[in-house]
Amino acid sequence: MAKKTLLNEKEIYIILNRLACQLIENHQDFSNTILIGIQPRGVYLADRLVQVLTEEYQVKDIKLGKLDITFYRDDFRRREDPLSASSTDINFIVDNKNVVFIDDVLFSGRSIRAALTAIQAFGRPKNIELLVLIDRRFSRHLPIQPDYKGRQVDVIKDEQVKVEWKENEPRDKVCIVSPDV
Amino acid sequence: MAKLSVSHLLGIKHLNLEDINLIFNTADHFKEVINRPIKKVPSLRDITIANLFFENSTRTKLSFELAEKRLSADIINFSAAQSSVKKGESLIDTANNILSMKVDIIVMRHPNEGAGDFLAKHIDAKIVNAGDGAHEHPTQALLDSFSIREKLGDVKGKKVVIVGDIKHSRVALSNIYALKLQGAEVKLCGPTTLIPKFITSLGVSYEKDLRKALEWCDVANVLRVQHERMDVKYFPSIREYTQLFGINKELLDSIDKDIVIMHPGPINRGVELTSDVADSKQSIILNQVENGVAIRMAVIYLLAQQIKRD
Repeated sequence: MAKKTLLNEKEIYIILNRLACQLIENHQDFSNTILIGIQPRGVYLADRLVQVLTEEYQVKDIKLGKLDITFYRDDFRRREDPLSASSTDINFIVDNKNVVFIDDVLFSGRSIRAALTAIQAFGRPKNIELLVLIDRRFSRHLPIQPDYKGRQVDVIKDEQVKVEWKENEPRDKVCIVSPDV
Repeated sequence: MAKLSVSHLLGIKHLNLEDINLIFNTADHFKEVINRPIKKVPSLRDITIANLFFENSTRTKLSFELAEKRLSADIINFSAAQSSVKKGESLIDTANNILSMKVDIIVMRHPNEGAGDFLAKHIDAKIVNAGDGAHEHPTQALLDSFSIREKLGDVKGKKVVIVGDIKHSRVALSNIYALKLQGAEVKLCGPTTLIPKFITSLGVSYEKDLRKALEWCDVANVLRVQHERMDVKYFPSIREYTQLFGINKELLDSIDKDIVIMHPGPINRGVELTSDVADSKQSIILNQVENGVAIRMAVIYLLAQQIKRD
């Protein structure tokens, strides 16, 4: 299995800062904004962005939630190995709020489709935006595009984009894993 | 792997510890779902479930029905009292007729032991046993353990006494299997006439003195006296039963610790439990009912996962 680094620790740091600035540009003091990390992997990115926003840009009282989409997926009963659910943690009503979904890699768009359905159980947001670290171009199954993206990549279908966080790997890294030929 | 090792839920006897943990972890998520403003997920949109109740039930039937609706399944209900069973139709014929209407899962309560196993062998649908005679009532035992886990953190190592009519109780047998599997200690307490002869071979002990049993335990699961299943007298009078095996506030307060009180319902108030005990802080009877919906959602969700879509 070949592994190629796409982003290193420093590049990720710069991108996180840029994404944080873009969020501030559109959401100012975040008083009417809710950030939602999509379980399981979007939560790491969401936590990190909140950290950057609080520590480097002194934004206070950011509302952050976690949303699990397992029960809303459209591939239930189609998978060989069923997925386990993760926890959902949204302790506020999202009615009339600006919601930003945060996920690590945008591929087919199906997870986001599920998240759009799932969030309705918590109210009717004013609008929903999407922030992703990696946008895989030309791979969408649905008309879903990110509003904020870290890096856009073109990779073939068999390749996998893997985001590693220093919380559970040696260091922050994004790599492309391709199967042996 | 998030998969059950069984393809039907017929009894706790067929489950292993991983299955129970998987059901509990899934139920945790569903418990969060049923406390949302919108308490529904679309997972089972294309699944049809038949609830076949050949015996009366209020709580279990409502709980299953609600769990199925919360998962967005289509459901049909059937009660023996208003059906062709009265006209002499056999169980397989009834089930096959319902299956030809394209039903994926059958939830069944039946007065005969093993009715679920029988149906599972002859019919191509997932079967969930909602109580078969005096045999098993797996979802009740699961929700009981789930409630203990929620209240005390873990089931392992806890001391549980099951009080009352063990002989006629499917709840007792399923609970014994479930609690033993999770590493709890189990004691039975009740009139000797209502304790099955070789029950201690399941690894449980017996205590005829209620006070001693309560002093020993962390949790008391109190069963209902099932008058409807008693063809002969098993004890001289209800008054005597209450005096020997009924739990009242005075008895509970005289014990030096806070025992968790459980009851699968319906309660005969003033017989096995007095009202002040049933409604006390130590009682988790209503939590059991809430957890019942989450547990049944988890069981149905995990079984439905096995039905492959072409």
